Amino acid sequence: MDLNLTADEKLFRDELRSWLAANAPKDWPAWQNKPLEESYPYLRAWQRKLYEAGWAAVSWPKEFGGRSASLMQQSIFWEEMARAEAPPMANSLGLGLIGPTIIAYGTEAQKKRFVPKILSAEEIWCQGFSEPNAGSDLANLQTAAVLDGDHYIVNGQKVWTSYGWIGDWCEVVTRTDSAAAKHKGLTVLLVDMKTPGVEVRPLKQMTGESEFNEIFFRDVRVPKENVLGKVNDGWNVAISTLMYERGSYGARLHLIFKRSIGRLIELSKKFQRNGKPASEDLIVRQKLAQCYAEIEIMRLNQMRAFSRMTATGVPGPEGSIQKLFWSELNQRLQQIAQEILGPYGQLLGDDPYAVDNGAWSYGYLRTRGNTIEAGTSEVQRNIIGHFVLGLPRSY
Amino acid sequence: MEFGLSESQEILKDSARKFFAGECPMEEVRRLMETETGYDEKLWAKLAEQGYTGIIFPEEFGGVGLGKVELILLMEEAGRALVPGPFFSTVPLAGAVIDAVASTEHRKKYLEPICEGKARSTVAILEAGANWNLDALKISATGSKINGEKLFVTDAAVANFILVVAQDGVYAVDPKAPGISIAPMAGMDLTRKIYAVKFKDTPAEKIGSTANLSKAFDIATAALVGEMVGGMQRTLDITVEYAKMRKQFGKPIGMFQAVQHHCADMYLETESSRSAAYYAAWALEENVPEASVAVSIAKVYASDAGRTVGNRGIQVHGGMGFTWENDVHLFYRRAKASEAAFGDSTFHRERVAQQVIDHETLSAKSA
Repeated sequence: MDLNLTADEKLFRDELRSWLAANAPKDWPAWQNKPLEESYPYLRAWQRKLYEAGWAAVSWPKEFGGRSASLMQQSIFWEEMARAEAPPMANSLGLGLIGPTIIAYGTEAQKKRFVPKILSAEEIWCQGFSEPNAGSDLANLQTAAVLDGDHYIVNGQKVWTSYGWIGDWCEVVTRTDSAAAKHKGLTVLLVDMKTPGVEVRPLKQMTGESEFNEIFFRDVRVPKENVLGKVNDGWNVAISTLMYERGSYGARLHLIFKRSIGRLIELSKKFQRNGKPASEDLIVRQKLAQCYAEIEIMRLNQMRAFSRMTATGVPGPEGSIQKLFWSELNQRLQQIAQEILGPYGQLLGDDPYAVDNGAWSYGYLRTRGNTIEAGTSEVQRNIIGHFVLGLPRSY
Repeated sequence: MEFGLSESQEILKDSARKFFAGECPMEEVRRLMETETGYDEKLWAKLAEQGYTGIIFPEEFGGVGLGKVELILLMEEAGRALVPGPFFSTVPLAGAVIDAVASTEHRKKYLEPICEGKARSTVAILEAGANWNLDALKISATGSKINGEKLFVTDAAVANFILVVAQDGVYAVDPKAPGISIAPMAGMDLTRKIYAVKFKDTPAEKIGSTANLSKAFDIATAALVGEMVGGMQRTLDITVEYAKMRKQFGKPIGMFQAVQHHCADMYLETESSRSAAYYAAWALEENVPEASVAVSIAKVYASDAGRTVGNRGIQVHGGMGFTWENDVHLFYRRAKASEAAFGDSTFHRERVAQQVIDHETLSAKSA
């Protein structure tokens, strides 16, 4: 056990830090609160810049344009990005989830065709997994793909598709064998979103925005060569994507949380409670300290998980404790913010009295989604119960 | 950066686990907890033989010279086995105090016999009111005589010398000295005995100032958290095993999500406590500036987690969990005593608050 950076890690950090100092845009805060539709070209340009310098997907193998970075280097990457207050990358699903899945399961032709354009943000990817009747029970999905000569004909509906509105391509899980057991008859297709019969509709969420979409497929023809992995082995391909989702997310979050608690501590000195700054109220202090402690533990859990993953080579079910931990922690953090801000906490971004442009009212509502998206807390607990602790399957 | 254990750390942990499983199985824990002191001479000799009594102390005093991470791993395994007796009181507490505050001469006199397994000790800290804030201590030695009463002193009845934290320094007292009385307090934890120790003009030898005491208490607190992690892990293991075996409605109860989710939360809390404990140990070893906060964070989390893991463990066991015969309550009792020891989560949250709110020594961007 040695939590000091190795010489290689230091080198990696210093190189990245000086690159970011010279290249990270300084005007991101001004863009941050604009609708994604407006800021998207900006984010694309930023990813392109990272790509050209070889920083877009440090975790990817060198032969695919990455740096074969170790998990610790990946964690350093996200820390440095956060430290530099750099914008996120436009193609985050492509880089974090779908690219690695294509690299793992794709044919040589698929890798050649898709991977470079994921890196350069030339083609944005989205993920067609959930359906109206297949949420937690993902394997129950019904979107059908029927082989017709050289094409699959796809019919069905997907929901909760992030970046659906801007997606050029979509990783779609379909049912290719309705007679097989529900986990067995699935196939992953890579679908061009411009294909006739694909219709994208915004899904308005409780925050008022539409981060997500519904996608409708009506007789959409997908070439056979766009099957990712083996026909009827789509469950394993999909699970691999979900593992990346749960494993990698937490790495970048602790810095965001740390910044939030830092800001909250500042605010606690300005807002009054019982005639003195909230920061002097013993109960507020207890809550802030608890939250600070949990953010630190989230970082430590992540580092331990990385060390385990480095030993085993793949993200494992331990990712579930990270997901569970950060999502529930984020809700607690937002609640503390509400307690500190009092009536100001409810003010939305367009109100002239709003604190931090309404970030806290938005955060309060948005974090309700955290324990639902990317596998509900209940599903994460099922995964821990069965796959980590070896309890019998409950469903 | 590597948060996994090194090979030699794995070996140490593994051999400690085997050692405690062999030398101190639950039958032995139950036998010892029924004794007056919980101390077993043979077990102590074996602990010393393993080098455990000198684990973190310098070789010049007969120690093994290993680091705090190794100490925490050993404590974790001792906690998993619920080892009774004065190991915690003697090694990570009294030993660390001597090592931190005493001169070479005093270390030779007091630390060496601990390392060699010849002496057991403890530290008398709390007074009436049980304030962990050391500024609040009232007892002081005048003319090398101590008067007053210390409470919640662990394992005082088997100590060869008792260290007394006084306003004006740390003193060593011979338990057979005149004017001393050691009376058991009836604590919930049956495996770690506590005492009220009264001094009346008791001769005391000053071994150091209180200036470096907080460093020693950080080591003791981190060690205690390590032990708590072991207790949580054992509670989780016992509970999961029971949930797989116990059947109701024709199914193992571990198949029900209400039960699985209790177990999943126990796992999350245990693993999170472990991450915090290991980091605190490493931070102390490396003397990083935030080491003290890391210790507090670990104690905040583990104090609450130790209790909630136990709550869930008992609940999953149903009626069986409420029986004397089931072992879970023994760990639960230890967890409660450890929760309060060296400051509970409320105490340590305030300590964290002082650092991150008032002093801003750890700014959001320091990571």
